[in-house]
Amino acid sequence: MAKIRGAIKVDVEKCKGCGLCVVACPTSVIALSRDVNSKGYNYAYMEVPEACTGCANCGLVCPDSVIDVYRVKAGVEA
Amino acid sequence: MEVKDIIKEENLVYTKSKILTDKVFHYCPGCSHGVVHKLIAEVIEEMDIQEKTIAISPVGCSVLAYNYLAVDWQEAAHGRAPALATAVSRLMPDKYVFAYQGDGDLASIGTAEIIHACNRGENIVIIFINNGIYGMTGGQMAPTTLEGMPTSTSPYGRDVKLAGHPLKITDLIAQLPGTEYVTRQAVHTPAAVRKCKKAILKAFQNVGKKNGTQFIEVVSTCNSGWKLSPVKANEWMVENMFPVYPLGDLKG
Repeated sequence: MAKIRGAIKVDVEKCKGCGLCVVACPTSVIALSRDVNSKGYNYAYMEVPEACTGCANCGLVCPDSVIDVYRVKAGVEA
Repeated sequence: MEVKDIIKEENLVYTKSKILTDKVFHYCPGCSHGVVHKLIAEVIEEMDIQEKTIAISPVGCSVLAYNYLAVDWQEAAHGRAPALATAVSRLMPDKYVFAYQGDGDLASIGTAEIIHACNRGENIVIIFINNGIYGMTGGQMAPTTLEGMPTSTSPYGRDVKLAGHPLKITDLIAQLPGTEYVTRQAVHTPAAVRKCKKAILKAFQNVGKKNGTQFIEVVSTCNSGWKLSPVKANEWMVENMFPVYPLGDLKG
């Protein structure tokens, strides 16, 4: 069965760590990092990358437009 | 399949609008302003009207909005964005003119301007961000503050006997014959963001037909003014703001 796989790329330096993407993610992919960027914010990152479906909900709710969303059809899985 | 195989140019499905500049928003983390700026940018990009858009920035947190959207801007005096938008749209009737205002700007000092601009049916879009507070100056009570809501100037909550009732300015404006489309939206969930974008798109399409004023209220959060985390502020808004400011189209 063809499976939809996604991934996000966060602009770490511009992320303010508000956490709105974390609650918007339907598959609980995103978490806030323990590391901080140069402004001291705990930026968002993919904690469970294999669960991402590329639905773009995180990108939609991000107030600072720092999330790029990618989606691909992963083909037949063994 | 590895993440690096997915992150490729041809698989990109969502990215920052080209209308937004590279400047980092000065807004607090989680502020609704950023989402609304993004939606306006996406609508302008989709309609391909970047060269034809003139925006009016207000006084309030969004006073520096002209730094973030790559369109032509005018900066209005406090509350006077609809008056300036009137002038711009009358001098340049083929442009898409929108005014972006907060509740302290639109519903308080600028009440006369907004009521009369909407009553004249000026051919403009008004984006009204309602967070029930004066966010920029430190969270003071605004006309839209809810009954019993604590603010820095009403620490025991708004007393309606002393300070009056929350002003539902959008309901007033919906009654004016000059307005064509009046709606109340929010941007707290992905579904709400999609609906809000549709409303902004409809307003910008309508303004090209010149049938009256388009008015969009966005019920928003001010997490630093409300002293809540961004996620908690959204929950507080759903619980407390929505019963007073219910979402949906009021007209059009």
